[in-house]
Amino acid sequence: MREREDEWTDLMRSAISGDDAAYHRLLKAITPVLRAAARRGLARAGQPVDQSEDIVQDILLAVHLKRQTWDTSAPFAPWLFAIARNKLIDALRRRGRRIFVNIDDFAETLPGETPEPTASPGEVTAQLQALPARQRDVLQSIAVDSASIKDTAAKFAMTEGAVRVALHRGLASLTAKLRDR
Amino acid sequence: MDTDQLIRTLTADNAYRPRPIGLALMMALLAAAPVSLLIFFAELGVRPDVMTAMHNPFFDLKFAVTLALAASAIAVSLHLSRPEASLRSFGWWLLIPAGILVAAISGEMMMPQRTPMMTRLIGKNSVACMTAIPAMSLPLLVGALYGLRQGAPARPAIAGAVAGLLSAGLAATVYASHCTDDSPLFVATWYTLATAIVASVGALMGARALRY
Repeated sequence: MREREDEWTDLMRSAISGDDAAYHRLLKAITPVLRAAARRGLARAGQPVDQSEDIVQDILLAVHLKRQTWDTSAPFAPWLFAIARNKLIDALRRRGRRIFVNIDDFAETLPGETPEPTASPGEVTAQLQALPARQRDVLQSIAVDSASIKDTAAKFAMTEGAVRVALHRGLASLTAKLRDR
Repeated sequence: MDTDQLIRTLTADNAYRPRPIGLALMMALLAAAPVSLLIFFAELGVRPDVMTAMHNPFFDLKFAVTLALAASAIAVSLHLSRPEASLRSFGWWLLIPAGILVAAISGEMMMPQRTPMMTRLIGKNSVACMTAIPAMSLPLLVGALYGLRQGAPARPAIAGAVAGLLSAGLAATVYASHCTDDSPLFVATWYTLATAIVASVGALMGARALRY
């Protein structure tokens, strides 16, 4: 477990210094852990576990947009679990439950436990439709059509810089919509 | 959008570097400061006898208290902007200004005084103090919350209250140069009340503004 968390810390350090592949690996690596914890939290609150993927996506967006609050000299896992716990509490509260979420829900996930997503998540997809056209197009091109920034720029006759701005603004407003819904 | 697609999208945005929170907070405060200073110079202004007042240690102590409040609240604000942080490890910093104030009160108690204690405590400027500090704090508070939105506080209301403390500390520093009441008893009463008002407003605003 400690080994796994040290690996996360290393990956996040590389990601912050510009290594996109490390960032991708990190997000892939934390997702099953977040999924298992979200499921456990929902189950304990007596909620259907098939909503866990929405919570996972919520957490991933927050990790992405708040990564500057992680102190690169500190271990990554406590920071991650604090964000995850906060988002899980938010999600349960929105569903009308006040519940105590144990931070060990996250830390105790066994490395071998890798649940697959149960249902396709709906909340991010729904909010995506509410974004300004340009942001939505760029997000869809990169997310759904797996186009690169360069290809997306060519497709919409934008500069790569403009695509990057639209992408980041899109992710930020998506998160704001999810939070304030 | 399934989670793999989301992860790919986040990875594509990895090049985006958000501003560090310390910098965001500083810039937001610098942008808000002129508004507070405008309120100060339009409505109050520096007291006319400021050159002689500077030789009075109790005049100078007001600035020690308010600057200590501003500085410690800035440090605690930056700490609380991290999701895994709590008041437990850094909260005692906020006791520094209170400690200076207690020391100043005991210092004044030991000196012979011409005016009775209650007169010094009530002073002449309590109403001005209670209006000016919150009024000058408000632009700074809005700025501070704007800057701190970059952060991810676990308890947005508490982070908002500390943002209120920092704005009140800065506003009170400027206000102290206008106020002719220099007794630490006056400061402990009215400055503290004004600061508490701003901290409550900060908690209310922060609970909404600082959610992430």
